[in-house]
Amino acid sequence: MSDKLLDIRNLTIRFRGKRTVHAINDVSLSMEQGETLALLGESGSGKSVTLKALLGLLPPKRTDIEGSMHVNGTDVLSLSGKALQRYRGGEVSMVFQEPALALDPVYTVGHQIAEAVMRHKGVSKSDAMSVAHDMLERVRIPSARRRLSNYPHELSGGMRQRVMIALALACRPKLLLADEPTTALDATVQIQILLLLRELQKDFGMGVIFVTHDIGVAVEISERVAVMYAGQIVEEGTTREIIRDGRHPYTRGLLAANLHDVARGERLNAIPGAPPALETRPENCSFAPRCPLVEPACRAGLPPMRTPAPRRRVACVRAETPIAAE
Amino acid sequence: MTLVETTAVEPAPAQKPQGYWAGVGARLVRDPLTMICAGVVLALILAAVFAPWLGLADPYKGSMIARLKPIGTTGHLLGTDEQGRDMFARLIYGGRLTLFIGLMPVVLAFFIGSALGIVAGFVGGLTNTIIMRTVDVFFAFPSVLLAIAISGALGAGIVNSLVSLTIVFIPPITRVAEAVTSGVRALDYIDAARATGASALTVIRVHVIGNVLSPIFVYATSLTSVCMILAAGLSFLGIGVRPPEPEWGLMLNTLRSAIYINPWLSALPGMMIFVTSLCLNLLSDGLRSAMNVRD
Repeated sequence: MSDKLLDIRNLTIRFRGKRTVHAINDVSLSMEQGETLALLGESGSGKSVTLKALLGLLPPKRTDIEGSMHVNGTDVLSLSGKALQRYRGGEVSMVFQEPALALDPVYTVGHQIAEAVMRHKGVSKSDAMSVAHDMLERVRIPSARRRLSNYPHELSGGMRQRVMIALALACRPKLLLADEPTTALDATVQIQILLLLRELQKDFGMGVIFVTHDIGVAVEISERVAVMYAGQIVEEGTTREIIRDGRHPYTRGLLAANLHDVARGERLNAIPGAPPALETRPENCSFAPRCPLVEPACRAGLPPMRTPAPRRRVACVRAETPIAAE
Repeated sequence: MTLVETTAVEPAPAQKPQGYWAGVGARLVRDPLTMICAGVVLALILAAVFAPWLGLADPYKGSMIARLKPIGTTGHLLGTDEQGRDMFARLIYGGRLTLFIGLMPVVLAFFIGSALGIVAGFVGGLTNTIIMRTVDVFFAFPSVLLAIAISGALGAGIVNSLVSLTIVFIPPITRVAEAVTSGVRALDYIDAARATGASALTVIRVHVIGNVLSPIFVYATSLTSVCMILAAGLSFLGIGVRPPEPEWGLMLNTLRSAIYINPWLSALPGMMIFVTSLCLNLLSDGLRSAMNVRD
């Protein structure tokens, strides 16, 4: 277990409040060192909540967390105080979706990166600044020296996201959590950021969890894909397995709902219906109400987790029988 | 190639991105009205501070024969008051107390109110409820009435005026501080700072205070003119500064009876209060637009 980069077991997260939300239901997930995993799913499927839980960023008063999370053998849920601060940014770091909001507007980008470096490495301000300069060069920001003294609002969206990546990687984390880092960017910048992340991942040999709702992005960046639906992982496998041989009807729906190979004037494929409200703990297959292949067994109880191959799993009663392509 | 790149990378001094305060300064300098108001306020403050060295007449020494001399009398540039004391000297000396009592409560309330508001906004929950509901109680009273009530209860005197006015201005500043802080707390960069390992204290000290202080500061400057008028008002009512100290509100009160004999003279302290509060207001407006970086 200790050689695994990430080991999440039976994670269940509930938000208490006026109404209870079962955000994550019995999720298990593991990653080897240096692996890139895409968490794929639509809004509200629990992708971001999983990431925030990994950093201990969920409000403790309103959140019930069960199960266990280990990163490099460290029990994340048991961390607090100084140990938690060392872990955040040092072991695991995060790139946020909206770089315009994730950088503090009143400090220069150099200052913000240097602050994180000083906090973790205990070096002097000038040493931290040179680390910041080096990081800005590694994320390919032109004239990095000058950009150090820029404020976030003086940079473009793509540039800000590069700064955000530099900030996240400044202390060389073992695991990078990327929460839809390209969603707020336009298409040409998206691919640049994806390529940059892939390159940095190889250079630093770190693991990356890449949250996205865009299958194209997931294919571009990751070796493995885990598909989430309604707070559960419904299917996991290598990117190739998921694309070529998606077994879960939801995965197949997602794959069918892209814009490629669609004739002009033809209706786009979509999955009918909407994801369920997560007010109660699911007792049968959450996807059953929208599933085109639903059968009585689906409504009777939780679907079994089938493992057709090592590190490959599908939560569907029909997973054994490959579904004929439509 | 290398050489070309190096020259392209090295910034020319003129292109160097300017810091936040340099930008604010540059915008202020380009705003003539604000600069004039800043000049007037600065001149009043300097005159008040250095009053003893300006070669003015003694503001306490009266003369029974030279009472209520009109403006322009030789030896008394702005005439004399009802006890024959030199008006010009008294107006300048009066600025000391009036400005002090007008500005000090806002400064004190700025620190106390910001601290309360930031804690309430950042911690939230029960702490927020306790602080904000307590503050709300003070909103039930109009600020003038509250100041009069507290001053009346404590009795006249400079310290008591300071205390009562500080209490009056803590609630509005707390409320503004709480509103900006809870807005900032929900933003991603607070989570981003925590995600890079910042402790709660660092988050408050660096990221929250850095972002909320300028809006609170601008709001506080807009209160200075109100505070000065309240301070003068308390003295006018006799529950602020006690005679024979020169203070604009008090002078306005004592000269009130002379309004039929020498109306211009009795208007002078009022003019000072008017000009000063107008300048403070315009200055605060200028600061507000100069400090708003995210337009």
